[in-house]
Amino acid sequence: MASDTKHLEMTLETQVESVNLAEEMCLRVAEAAGFGEDDCYRIGMSVREGVINAFHYGNEERPDKKIHLAVDLTADKMIIHVLDEGAGFKLSDVPDPLAEENLLSTSGRGIFLMRAFMDEFTVVSGRTGGAEIVMSKKLPAPGSASPNGQSGKSATPQQEA
Amino acid sequence: MSLHATHRDAGQVTVVDLSGRIVLGDGSALLRKTIRGLLEDQRKLILLNLADVDYIDSSGIGELVSGYTAVKNQSGDLKLLHLTKKVRDLLQITKLYTVFDVFTDESTALRSFV
Repeated sequence: MASDTKHLEMTLETQVESVNLAEEMCLRVAEAAGFGEDDCYRIGMSVREGVINAFHYGNEERPDKKIHLAVDLTADKMIIHVLDEGAGFKLSDVPDPLAEENLLSTSGRGIFLMRAFMDEFTVVSGRTGGAEIVMSKKLPAPGSASPNGQSGKSATPQQEA
Repeated sequence: MSLHATHRDAGQVTVVDLSGRIVLGDGSALLRKTIRGLLEDQRKLILLNLADVDYIDSSGIGELVSGYTAVKNQSGDLKLLHLTKKVRDLLQITKLYTVFDVFTDESTALRSFV
């Protein structure tokens, strides 16, 4: 790891409260890193969705399993890792929530939202054998962030092709 | 900020005023309980006022869809009023903006149920 990278990690219980805790922690890091309001919203939402995924699908809401959250702040981006202790999954197996037959599904939009809100997103097999979500967002250029969050992508999230 | 919900009758329509966050946990559960309670009382025409809801996650979206389906299955209707920008953007990228009837004016929304 480069010496100018700041690293933060925490182990979370598999419980609903961990979702808010993870979001809050990452929001503080994002704000301190200079992200504007809109990007902070997108980062916070993505962390929520990553931890919800680990809580519900990965760890199947089992309290004996943990959720491992890590944040790396490099010179040019904020990288977030969310690792569960489940069986893992393939992105190609995740149904498209925009498909006509899935529009009225009550679940399955978390991965889509993380992909839409972050600059980079992937899922790998983690050291626990579970799924590890790795997602990042480029840091705003110095002086480009504003209270209204006009840094990075446009204010309206763009739908993926 | 947790979710708060109150409801008022406007003729045959029940307007549910929501404020806070509709997210995994208590927020989603309260929305579910509110809609199911109205259906049990045979209030099947429901207008959700989201003017003070500035945050919804995927669980909240799922609960909106679940409520919509439950109401439709009982030959009722569930519509949305006063979306904040973040909520509107979220419904647009998830294509749900095309599923729900969405209004910016309450009286227009109420007339649409007739």
